[in-house]
Amino acid sequence: MTSLSLPAQRATRRNVGRLSRPASAWRRFLGLVGHGLLLLVTSSSVLAVLFIFFFIARDALPFFFTPEVSVLQRLREFLTTSAWYPSGNPPAFGALAIFVGSGLVTLAAACVAVPIGVLAAICLSDVLPFRIRQLVKPLVEVLAAIPSVAYGFFALVVLAPLLQSHGGTVLSIGWWCLAGPAAALTVFVLSDLLAARRPDRQRRALRLTAGLLLAALAGLLVFSVGRRLAAIEIDSGTNALNVALILGIMALPTVTSVSEDALQAVGRELRAGAYALGSTRAETVIRVVLPAASGGICAAIILGLMRAVGETMVVWMASGNAARIPNPWYNLLQPVRTLTATIAGDMGEADHVTGSARYHVLFALALALLSIALLCNLVSEWVIRRTVARYR
Amino acid sequence: MRRQYARSVGRLAIAALVLATGAVTFGQTKIVVDGSTTVGPLAKAFAEHFMSERPGVTVTVSESGSGNGAKSLINGTCDVADMSRFMKETEFKAAVEAGVFPVAHVIAMDGIAVIVHPSNPARDLTVEQVRDIYLGKITNWKEIGGPDKPIVVISRDTNSGTYECFEELVMNKQKMAATVEYVGSNGAMRQRVQSTPTAIGYAGLGFVDRTVKALSVNGVQPSRATVVSGVYPIARPLYMFTNGYPKLGSPLHAFITLHLTPKGQEIVEAIGFIPVTTCDSPAGQAEGKE
Repeated sequence: MTSLSLPAQRATRRNVGRLSRPASAWRRFLGLVGHGLLLLVTSSSVLAVLFIFFFIARDALPFFFTPEVSVLQRLREFLTTSAWYPSGNPPAFGALAIFVGSGLVTLAAACVAVPIGVLAAICLSDVLPFRIRQLVKPLVEVLAAIPSVAYGFFALVVLAPLLQSHGGTVLSIGWWCLAGPAAALTVFVLSDLLAARRPDRQRRALRLTAGLLLAALAGLLVFSVGRRLAAIEIDSGTNALNVALILGIMALPTVTSVSEDALQAVGRELRAGAYALGSTRAETVIRVVLPAASGGICAAIILGLMRAVGETMVVWMASGNAARIPNPWYNLLQPVRTLTATIAGDMGEADHVTGSARYHVLFALALALLSIALLCNLVSEWVIRRTVARYR
Repeated sequence: MRRQYARSVGRLAIAALVLATGAVTFGQTKIVVDGSTTVGPLAKAFAEHFMSERPGVTVTVSESGSGNGAKSLINGTCDVADMSRFMKETEFKAAVEAGVFPVAHVIAMDGIAVIVHPSNPARDLTVEQVRDIYLGKITNWKEIGGPDKPIVVISRDTNSGTYECFEELVMNKQKMAATVEYVGSNGAMRQRVQSTPTAIGYAGLGFVDRTVKALSVNGVQPSRATVVSGVYPIARPLYMFTNGYPKLGSPLHAFITLHLTPKGQEIVEAIGFIPVTTCDSPAGQAEGKE
């Protein structure tokens, strides 16, 4: 210590409480530049979103603010009528059927993707042995790597003709696959519940008779609905059902993978605690793991749905693109037209030279689509934050 | 599909051209083509071939619609106006007043076949019947002597020249029913019709093959010969308009007569139109294709 020279000692004294010498002005400037650069890079994605929003809105607004018609009239035509003839003379821009089409397709895709995706995630995270999970999960994620035009081609060339020629059979097979297990489960649980309150002696007999009765009832129901479905003939294979099935499959990897991550994130402690209290595996999953992971699962579902809403190629190729609300509105066997397909399909010739309203209406559709996407994202953020707050 | 492909290739070529003209020295002959989006792909294919044959000539093609093509010709901003219809009286008047004397060159024929599934018993429809089907007035095949099955009506997307032609010649500019399905290409149309027994659709004559059945309209079977002779009702000529007849031997003259050469006819067929010279061109081959 005594060997330190005088200036060095002074420097040490000055630097007490600091890690290094105070930075020179130049270095401080460099640091500022570095901070600025990092901030710029980070905010560039945010800026991109803002810019996209700005430019889409800029081209969408002229559609609503035109000299010919008032804003309210335009809005009413756009949102409440369903005559879509952008190239007609005079043109008609009723987009209601298009909104309904997008909503219907997305809803139906959710019915495919959510049950399968979440169940698959539970199976992957809590049922399958670790080694098999490591093998299966990447395989599920491969589904996400298939280009959408390949899905579209499949929908148009394979699924559509199949639905046309064997529509009833396909529907009834689908119904049996869904309703069969569901009915069996309901019968078991119901007969158990019915028998639970009885004294031990009667319980087995009661459970058996109730089970048999319920099984017969459920079987009859499933069978009759199946027969009715089998009699259905599908006129056009490019319809909402076709697209919903494909979109459901496309959303599946997202839903499965993200839900599985959420289930994994619940951690060993909660599961171990549940097992220690004597829960079975089913009870652990249903009562403990699923509620704890519900936020993540919701986010997974919304992410998957976003993929379905935004998908263009499949819908353009296989939804039929008829701008009309199905009759009745939930009839999946009729063609529909969606937002994305309309934008893609009508974009080509609608440049601002030929017809300005025809061009700007597409941006109005894009603005609606973007707003829906942002809304979904906000909702998923909110859901996640709420559940995280509850379980911390 | 082929039309779209050609269009995008054309666009690339134009982009490259614009870049090239900036760099290359002036003094080259330049032909400016503007007008119909239907004729555009054909003009672009012509331009591509023409420029590869004559390196000294640049041809630029834009697609802004028939009306704008006429306007550009009258303003003198283009040498060739592509048009999918004939010039209107008002346009002629404006042209003559501006000292421009439009001359029409028919470069190809655009014929559209109404197609159904090969198993469909229907053979012949009138234009009115086809229109009523697309208007949604006829919804079942039994109304026109077929089986008791609902008709699946398929149209091309509203952007395509095929749609434009069909709308003009069949629909009388009336709006199609909301139940009509739309497909994005002639290929997709063929795919849908060949796999749907109750479907009806339409496609450019060049895209019809044995997997679908082309109906005769007003009793006339669509073929290159009937289209060119004008007997088949759903057909129209495609024009290029110039200011006066171009000076013989000039690059413009060569460009405007390109469709008469064997290579030009090949291009016309590749884009999906029918060469006007079909009568003495390989007509037998054309018939065999249907």
